Order: sequence, then C-alpha cells, then structure tokens
Amino acid sequence: MPTRAPINKIIPFSLVDGPGSRCSIFLQGCNIACAYCHNPETQRLCVSCGACVARCPAGALRIEGGRVMWDRDACVQCDTCIRVCPHRASPKVMWMDADEVFRIVRSYQPFIRGITVSGGECMLQPGFVRELFARCRAAGLGTLIDSNGCVDFSAYPDLLAVTDGVMLDVKSWDADVFMRLTGAGNGVVKRNLAYLAERDKIEELRIVAVPGRTDPERTIARIAEVLGARAATTTLKIIAFRPFGVVGELADMPAPADERMAELEALAHAAGFGDVQVR
Amino acid sequence: MGEYLDIITARNLTYGQKLLRLAQAAENSVHPIPTTREFDWFFERDAICDMHEGNAPYRPRYICCDMERFARQGSDFLRLDAPETLDDLLMNLQILYQNVPSVTGRPVYAGQLDRVIDPFLSGLSDDEAMPRLKRFLTYIDRTVASGYCHANLGPEDTRAARLLLQADAEVHNAVPNFTLKYDPEITPDDLARFALKTSMACANPAYANDRLLRGIYPPAADGPHDSYTVVSCYNVLPIRGGAYCLDRVKLSQLADLATGIDHFLDELLPSATAALLDHMNARVRFLVEDSNFFQTSFLVREGLIERERFCGMFGVIGMHECVEKLLGEGCAYGTDPEANDLADRIMQRIDAQVAAFPAVYSEVGGGRYMLHAQAGFGDQAASTPGVRIRVGSEPEVFFDHIRHSARMHRFFTCGVSDIFPVEPTASHNVDALLDVVKGAFAVGDTYLSFYPSDSDLVRITGFLVKRSEMEKFARGEAVLADTSHDGEGNWRANALADRKVRLG
Repeated sequence: MPTRAPINKIIPFSLVDGPGSRCSIFLQGCNIACAYCHNPETQRLCVSCGACVARCPAGALRIEGGRVMWDRDACVQCDTCIRVCPHRASPKVMWMDADEVFRIVRSYQPFIRGITVSGGECMLQPGFVRELFARCRAAGLGTLIDSNGCVDFSAYPDLLAVTDGVMLDVKSWDADVFMRLTGAGNGVVKRNLAYLAERDKIEELRIVAVPGRTDPERTIARIAEVLGARAATTTLKIIAFRPFGVVGELADMPAPADERMAELEALAHAAGFGDVQVR
Repeated sequence: MGEYLDIITARNLTYGQKLLRLAQAAENSVHPIPTTREFDWFFERDAICDMHEGNAPYRPRYICCDMERFARQGSDFLRLDAPETLDDLLMNLQILYQNVPSVTGRPVYAGQLDRVIDPFLSGLSDDEAMPRLKRFLTYIDRTVASGYCHANLGPEDTRAARLLLQADAEVHNAVPNFTLKYDPEITPDDLARFALKTSMACANPAYANDRLLRGIYPPAADGPHDSYTVVSCYNVLPIRGGAYCLDRVKLSQLADLATGIDHFLDELLPSATAALLDHMNARVRFLVEDSNFFQTSFLVREGLIERERFCGMFGVIGMHECVEKLLGEGCAYGTDPEANDLADRIMQRIDAQVAAFPAVYSEVGGGRYMLHAQAGFGDQAASTPGVRIRVGSEPEVFFDHIRHSARMHRFFTCGVSDIFPVEPTASHNVDALLDVVKGAFAVGDTYLSFYPSDSDLVRITGFLVKRSEMEKFARGEAVLADTSHDGEGNWRANALADRKVRLG
C-alpha cells in the first residue's frame, strides 16, 4: 500500500530550491512554528472547521462527509481561504502517493535535473519521501531535502541512501534564541548537522538574520567548529529576514541592513566557509 | 513627390535614415517585376506580402560573407592587406562592414567573430585585447547601428568567445546581436554558464541548437567546417551566401478570407502559397539576371560570397490569429490540442507545397525555398510573430510552452525562435537556465533567448533594442538605430511588455 502524503503544492520549475532547474514539492504540516515563516499556511493540517468555505469567491470549497473539499478547476488562486484560515492550514492540500507525484515529476523531464522536497517539514513524511526519491533516482533525477532539522535523520538510513543532500536550516545556535523563534528546541538540529556532515550529505546550510532576534555571529562560528575542515567545501546561505508573507509578531520587523549582511558574509569567509551566499 | 518631401523634411529621422528611405522611394517608382493576377488578388487583401523589399531589388536581402576567408586574404577591391595583428583585423572588418549591403543598407552579419578573432589574440594579454574588442563592438553599435546586425559564437570554446562575451556585458549595446551556437556535446558547461550569465546581464547571446542546424546546408568548398550562420533576427542561412529575399504569407489575414477550415486548407492556402512562390521566382530572376549585383560585386569576385549559396525565404506569420479565426474564439492556440493540431496541419501543407516547388537559382537549398517563421516588424497589430503563442495566452507551465515551440520549430529550416523574459533572480542560478536550454534542445527546440524582465535591453521579435531608445522615439525624437523604430511599434502592437515572465 503506497504511502500517501499531504501535498501543498508542486512547482514545476524552481531556481531557488537547490542547484539547477528543479521541481519543488511542498508538503503540508510542520513540527515547529517559526515566527518568520513565509508560508505559515503550510504549518498545520486542515481540521475542516469550514471557516473558509463561505468566503471562497469562486465556490470552489464545500463540506462533504465532514471534510472540506477543494475543486481545483473552479479555484481562481486568490488565496482568500488561506488568509481567513484561523488554523495556519490550507484547504487546497491534496493527499497523493509517490507514484502520483512521480508521474507529475516525470512529465517535466528533460527540463529538470532533480527534485527538492520541502514544505512545511517534509521529514514528517519519511516513508513517502523515500518512495518518491527511489523512483526519481531510477529516472536519473537528483534528490534534495529541505529540512528544519528537527526530525532525527539517523533514524532513516534508507531515506538518506536515496538522498543526494539535505539543505539544512540551522537558523540559530543558542537554544533559548531558537526556542523563542520557533517554539521548539534545537538539540536534534545540532545532532543532525554533525551526522549529515560526517556522511557528506549536506547540500547547503542556512542561517537567518533577524535584527535583534537571532545570533548569526555565534551560529556561524559554532557551525564552523562542528564542520571542521569540511567548512571549506560547504555552502552557507545567510538569509536576510524579509517580512513578506509573515504573520504575527515579526510581521512589521524591518529587514537587516546591507552593511550588516556584508559583515556576516565576511565573518563566514573568515570562519572557513568555502562558499558563502547572501540572500 | 509629396512622399519624397515628407522624408526630406522629417524631424524624427537621421540623415542616414532619410537617405535609406529616399532610396526605397526611388526604387519603388519603377515596376520591372511583373505580378500575376493571383498574386495581386492576395496582395491587395494583405494575405501575402513582399516585406516592402522594393520593386526592383538590386542587392540580396541578406549577405553572409565568409569572414574567416576575409581575415586570411584581405581585399583587392578595398586595398586591404591580409591582417597580421588584431588591430589590422578589426580595422579590416570595420571597413568591410561599410561595404556589405542588405535590405536595410547595413550588414546583417558581423561574422563568426570568435573564430575570426581568436588566431589574432596570441601574444596579447586580456588587458590588451579587451579595450580593442570593446571599441570594436561599440564601433559596430554606432556605425552599423541596426539591431539586425548579428554576430555568431561557438559551439567550441575559445578565448575569443569568452572575451567577446565579457566585452558585450560591459558595453551593453543593442548592436550587434549575438548567437551562441550551442551543443552540449561540444560546448563545455562552464562556457554555456558564462554565456547565460552574460544573457542575464545584457540580453545577449541567444542560443541556437547547433546539433539540429548544422546539417541544413551543404558546406562551402574549403570553407569553415560548419555551414550555417545566424543573421538578422534569427535567419539561419548558408555561410558564404545568404538570402535573396523574404516573402511571406500572412495567415491571419488569409484566414479572414476563408469560409471554413476546408476552404482555407484546400483552396486559399495552396493558391496563396503558389502565388507567392511564383513571385519569389520572379524576384530572384530579376536579382540574378537583371540587377547585375552578382556579376559586379567584389564580394563575389573575391570569394566572400557565392551566388550558388543564396536561397529564398518563404515566411509564415500570424498562426495564432489564423487558428483562432478558423476554430472560433474559445479555442486557445498553445494550450488547446485542437488548435495546436490544426496549426500542425497548416504547416504540413505549406511545408509540402514549398518542398515540391522548383525554386530558381537555389542550388544551396536543393532547388527549393526555405521556410522561415517571420517575426513581423513595425506596427503589427493582429499578427503574432511566426508560429508563436500570443502574449497573454502563454501556457502556465514553462515546459509546456517549450514543448509546443519544439513541435512547431521542426518545419523551419531557415529560422524560428522564442523569446522569454526571466525573473532577474535567475542570474543567481544560471545552472537552472542551462538545464532548461539543454532540455529544450533535447526535445527539438531550435533557438531560444532570454532577457531579465527588468532589463533596459529587451529583445523584440529577435533583435535587441533599448527601452530608453524606444521611449525617446515614442516622444518624437530621432534615435541612432532605426531598429528602435521597428522595436517601438512592435513593442506596443504585440504587447511585448506583458510577455509572461518565466523562471521565477
């Protein structure tokens, strides 16, 4: 019985989810709740409260058998349902298995070099991801995971075996800072960092700079310590916080200044990172 | 007479532009080429068109000199010794450009510049070569001053190709156009990446599917190992030859005359095509037998072109509107299988008829005229270029757009292309663009180009123009490159600013 997973969106072409041209698959559901999340509507599964149904201007939503049903063809993609959802969910999520998703991915060949699974947090669906990646590998497609690192990768060696690499969101080193930012601890993130580095499964690392709320200097230094010599061949992306799509307390937070980002970039180079990108 | 005075007293034309228009007006005051009644009937209804090339052509439409040969031998007529240094070479080329005619009066082909220039780079450092190359490119921009002038690079990697790409990114000119002949089996990935970064900086180069194009024409005797050039917008023509003329069937206007699909396919289209083909023979005969161009040109005498390597181009435009009119408004060309299938049928009919027609003086084309997806120029309301999908109707998924293009590209032996504005963020991930180009070429796309959606340099139907120049012309000011005129009209008429931005 193939495993089904909640799919928020499949983007045929993405150039910001890994090297080259990739198909990006966003899974629904996350195990943390970052204050600066750009797509908070991916955090939770729909509970069919029905708040969105009456508000849909295209009549694309209805309640059937106690669940909210979405008519893809009637949908005009206005995202009103997402805006009015009180639950940080979306009614437009489709449950699909690896075969169904792979059929879609296949139709984009030969224009893509691989796929990236993201979300939400895709490691909440490790069985599905493993099945999908196995099919992609067989078709000559690359496989990348974009993860918050809060699920222990060491528990899934079969999945790692069909994964080219992980784009790991380290965010912040200090446990209190991390907790205030995401509502969760980062012990597993740190263990994952070492575990994946040892197995050369790090595609890139990401940290974020939120003025007054994160500790990028310390994070850069500590990551470099863990990586040791490997830092020279590791890509570090330093992401400037931007308020677009953010809800809640950080919605009005300004982005960090360019000079600040340049400072951090220099620091990262000095700490031994071979490839530093500021976004 | 009134027409001459209008040109003479125009406030928005430079001296050179006035001169060209006066020459055109004088040429059109005679009618040595007879037209048939069938031709006149379709011509009066704007269903076929001679591209305003003139009533009495006295030079071929496009000339593609063998620049490598010129670089080896100099010129008797121009009293130029064979060049020994880079400076000699660049000066010789600049002088030759002033002496190559075309339908615009300016050369449409600057040469396979990397192969021409590379031998002359030895002994020069990059610091010594770059200022010379930049001056050379700027010379072409300010004197040829026509977006239809086109230089070729590739598919091999050379020092000259890289320096020219770098120079072009720095000078940021609309002229010349550059095409990189690209074959993933020959062109190394890092040159392709460098070219794509350059495209994101200055809209040049465009990309030609070398694997598919290099077999179209036979090679020239003792000539360069590849037999084709890309000139003007994106016309694929024989090296050491060129195009006699371009004539076109305007499918949208032809569809206006149809009472139904069968009437269109079985009567109108074959009649219009036949009338146009016969006319092309008449034009080519005049050019070859009466104009004395080939008999007197030093370019022929010195072996830079050969009459036998010229071909005629049969153009097609307005497929989108044509299919829409024949099937009714609900049917969307590009996304609707029924519309796409009808377009395919129309092209198959045209292809078969053109392939069966005995074209005169067309040795290089196997005795046949070649099909070209004509892009339109000036004000072209209600005629989407070639077989492209109209702006605003592009398929949602980029790959579907490319697959559609590839399907239609297969008919066109002398040029067809697609133009895609892309999100500026693509410059951070040119590997993604490279994947798309490789994929597109693998499925049979023959030519495509990108420009960043926020660029001043934009690609119109195939040639480059600066938005700032178009704005000046729209305000009534004279501008240096007359392709800014064509560009401005086309930009408005085809809503080119609204092209679907890809790869976000």
